[in-house]
Amino acid sequence: MSLRVEGLKIYYRTLYGDVKAVDDVSFTVDDGEIMGIAGESGCGKSTLGNGIMRLDGRMRKVGGTVELDGVELPIGDDRAMDRLRYKELSIIPQYAMSALNPTRRIRTITRDLLKTKKVRYSAEIEEFRRRLDLVGLDEKVLRQYPIELSGGMKQRIVMVISTLLNPSLLIADEITSALDVSTQRAVGEMIIEFRDRGYVKSVMVITHDLSILAQISTTILVMYAGKLAEKASADTIINAPLHPYTQLLISSLPEVGVRYEDRVLSGIVGTPPSLLDPPEGCRFHDRCPFAFERCHEEPPFDEVAPGHFVACWLRSKSSVSADAAAAAPVADGGEG
Amino acid sequence: MRRYFLKKISIYLLTFWVAVTIDWGIPRLMPGNPLQVFLLKFRAQPDAAKYLQAYFYKAFGFNEPLWKQYLYYWDGIFHWNLGVSMFYYPTPVATVIGQHIFYTMGLLVPAIICAYFVGNRLGAMAARRKVLDNSILPASYLISGTPYQWFAMLLAFFLGALWHLLPESNAFAFGTTPVWTWTFIGNFLEHWILPFLSLFFIMLGGWAIGMRNLIIYELESDYAHWLQMLGSPARLVRRYAYRNAVLPQLTGLALALGTFVAGQIVTEIVFNYQGVGLLFFNAITNSDIFLMQGAFLLVIIGVLVANFVIDIVYVLVDPRTRVSMMGAEG
Amino acid sequence: MTDADAPAEGMRPASGTAPAGSDPPPVLAHGTAPDPDGMAAQPGAATEAVAPVSSPLPGAPKRRRHEFLYFAVRNKKLLVGISVVGFFVLVAIFGPWLTSYAPLATGNTGWHPPSGRHWLGTTYFDEDVFSQVVYGIRASFEVGVLGGCFSVLLGMLVGFTAGYRGGWMDEILNLVTNVVIVIPLFAMLLIIGGYLHQLSLLWEAALIGMFSWPWAARAIRAQTFTLKNREFVGLARLSGESSSKIIWREIAPNMSSYLMLTFILLFGGAILTASFIDFVGLGPQGVVTLGTMMNNAFFWDALDLHIWWWFLPPGAIITCIVGGLYLTNAGLDEVFNPKLRSL
Ligand SMILES: Nc1ncnc2c1ncn2[C@@H]1O[C@H](COP(=O)(O)OP(=O)(O)OP(=O)(O)O)[C@@H](O)[C@H]1O
Ligand code: SF4
Ligand SMILES: [Mg+2]
Repeated sequence: MSLRVEGLKIYYRTLYGDVKAVDDVSFTVDDGEIMGIAGESGCGKSTLGNGIMRLDGRMRKVGGTVELDGVELPIGDDRAMDRLRYKELSIIPQYAMSALNPTRRIRTITRDLLKTKKVRYSAEIEEFRRRLDLVGLDEKVLRQYPIELSGGMKQRIVMVISTLLNPSLLIADEITSALDVSTQRAVGEMIIEFRDRGYVKSVMVITHDLSILAQISTTILVMYAGKLAEKASADTIINAPLHPYTQLLISSLPEVGVRYEDRVLSGIVGTPPSLLDPPEGCRFHDRCPFAFERCHEEPPFDEVAPGHFVACWLRSKSSVSADAAAAAPVADGGEG
Repeated sequence: MRRYFLKKISIYLLTFWVAVTIDWGIPRLMPGNPLQVFLLKFRAQPDAAKYLQAYFYKAFGFNEPLWKQYLYYWDGIFHWNLGVSMFYYPTPVATVIGQHIFYTMGLLVPAIICAYFVGNRLGAMAARRKVLDNSILPASYLISGTPYQWFAMLLAFFLGALWHLLPESNAFAFGTTPVWTWTFIGNFLEHWILPFLSLFFIMLGGWAIGMRNLIIYELESDYAHWLQMLGSPARLVRRYAYRNAVLPQLTGLALALGTFVAGQIVTEIVFNYQGVGLLFFNAITNSDIFLMQGAFLLVIIGVLVANFVIDIVYVLVDPRTRVSMMGAEG
Repeated sequence: MTDADAPAEGMRPASGTAPAGSDPPPVLAHGTAPDPDGMAAQPGAATEAVAPVSSPLPGAPKRRRHEFLYFAVRNKKLLVGISVVGFFVLVAIFGPWLTSYAPLATGNTGWHPPSGRHWLGTTYFDEDVFSQVVYGIRASFEVGVLGGCFSVLLGMLVGFTAGYRGGWMDEILNLVTNVVIVIPLFAMLLIIGGYLHQLSLLWEAALIGMFSWPWAARAIRAQTFTLKNREFVGLARLSGESSSKIIWREIAPNMSSYLMLTFILLFGGAILTASFIDFVGLGPQGVVTLGTMMNNAFFWDALDLHIWWWFLPPGAIITCIVGGLYLTNAGLDEVFNPKLRSL
């Protein structure tokens, strides 16, 4: 088991109180697993990814544990985490296109980065070239400044640099959203290739684009308002989702490449709740077509079938009200 | 690249034209005869006054139509013939200025360069630690609100007049002539310290504040966040941030030149330091019109040249602009 | 947390504010984003200050105001700056009641060090330094406010017109701005003052205003550009409002905080520049200003005569006022600009 997250809570401190962007989240990512994380904008996807990597000044870990390869990550202790970052876990940030220092050549950036991990650039240069070649980049980019490269090139470079030390876990945040469809597919394939070649053991892919997840991920985790809604194999999520939110998400899934958030908002009435002061119980209840009394209590994130987790009273093993369950058809083929 | 410099140069040429026109036009626009005030000083020597009046009327071209006067003026500028100083009569203005320019440059250029680097360092330090931020920053705000002449007087008073540590007046001891001997150089340096310190110190504040703000901005940028996400030590992040922030500061340098000119002039006055600033001031007090015009022109030319040099340096040192303009790899 | 994580209070650059007093005091000249074009104002700098967005929360205007207040009363820079400037405003207003000497009334016993009778001593001509200082502060505020107003108004005129009209109008105004910005203000004032021999307070302020607007104009132009394309301006235009009305009703209020910051900087810059002119002896006559005090002290040999109480107070007060104004500006910038805040 590569990554195990247990009851993780990450809040932002603001003037008006804590924004509970990641609230009591538990899941695991296996070796070789490519786990997609989906959900509307603002539901806490990036916060989850960034939180595992590094808490910035406003983020605070309120509770929970994160284990990587059986060792607990000292999240919250920046110094201790520094030793693990890049080597054990790494990230392609949401802003990959601007992640390269504009005034340094690619090779200088890489050299400086490797040096901080006590790795000699000359020892890695061959491998670096090979991987650049793998993602379709000429080695002359090494001598170039970021400004001379296109957005897509910069992104691929960040991808190669981030994974150069073969981290156990790679977090890839929105790596496809700024690209055209064919490049998106290529980038997706690179992720799979990297996993297959063992450059990374497991990957968390955060994206707005469910169709990309359908192509590349083994499992998909659906988030809603800082909580987990559902996790299952990509196939199950796409074809037989159980959580009402996932169902609506899938049913409004349009043609390939369109960001679902643009549509989903019209498909699902209302807006996500404020994370500053989220409602009691199931956070989806005021938008959920199947909401019933029980939903004022918080549903557990239960494993309803092997590897299939759902947080919904309708699916909960503990108690299912017969008529409510009957009212909610199991989605099939994305027709919800 | 070519377009960029052409654009810059045309702006500077236009500015030069405007400045020259102002320089030429102001004495002609002003009420009263600008010569009169000057000639009043020669009341005791009517002969001299008469001669001077005739000379200057001719030189000024007051007898000619305005457009001719204007053309003459330009002609003079192209031949570096700026007229004759009335006060230093009969030395030509160009020569008088030539004698003073070295002193101004010797003070101003080192002060600007030292203040630039030290100020930027201070700013970077302030961005690093709260304690430093709480001391350097307020001090910098005070310094940038300090009138140059006042700080100069402070130094001249305490280190000069009161404790006699350093000479407070002139660029070298009275009675010595500027020659290349060690004694003279030593003497010159001794006189140089106070005005230099005075200028340097007041210039510091602005750089420190600017640098601190730019660095904090850089530390919030995406590349800094990514480096931190990958566990880079603060040292590396700061090194990158400093380098990226120090380059835009060059633009700040171009913008600050105007204030530095003012600082230089009043500092020279306080230390009676015989640069162009003091010359300008004396020209004004003596109503030495040609010298005034010449000094103004020189200041303008100096500022334009400095701007142009900064433009070039900026393009050369910052890969962001260099690469986008030359598309070169090197 | 490493120290790089916590870059002390208040994040981010002065870019929003960067402008300049008279000639841009270097403080302010910064944050100028790398701008290969050099001529294209600084949109980055400008947009930030427009209509501050409150935290991540959808903030109603009322809440936003409350938020400003919350940060304002906690901002040390702002508090210190305002207190210092406020103190001197009080001195300027009530000072004359504290002194029983006319500022230019000479005695005949030469200079005296500070004492119970003359709190700050007397000058070479036996004038009371304290009452000179009090009137000097008044003059400084007058020049500062007038000069600041003149240049902000000119900057707004040029900036709004260029930004809103665009086209050839913009080209021309931009050119004028670029030319005026390079000409050193003080040299300009010297040469004009040199022929006029002295400048009244009003002239001083007017001339300072006349040559120090370009920085403000640039930034205002850039902001007008971005605001022009916003929905509410489009709506106003559709409803057939006149340009000047749109500018005053829709655009200007949206950058009011920014205009205020600019004014404060130009205010401080004008005080400094006026002190240079006065020091050189081209300042108003028959009026006491802090600059003319320094001029008199210096040219009547206060240094060699060790009359330190003559030149020390005026300069120190200018330093405090202008430093206080710059500090206020920096503090306000942090208050208005959510990006700069840290909790
Ligand atoms: N610095 C911050 N301070 C306060 N709240 C924040 C901050 N950053 C993010 N948030 C809040 O936390 C929540 C989660 O943000 P996050 O960036 O994780 O969303 P996301 O799912 O990645 O969205 P997107 O798909 O748009 O990237 C949002 O509601 C956001 O408003
Ligand atoms: S728990 Fe209730 S409200 Fe929440 S998703 Fe399930 S049915 Fe809907
Ligand atoms: Mg995100």
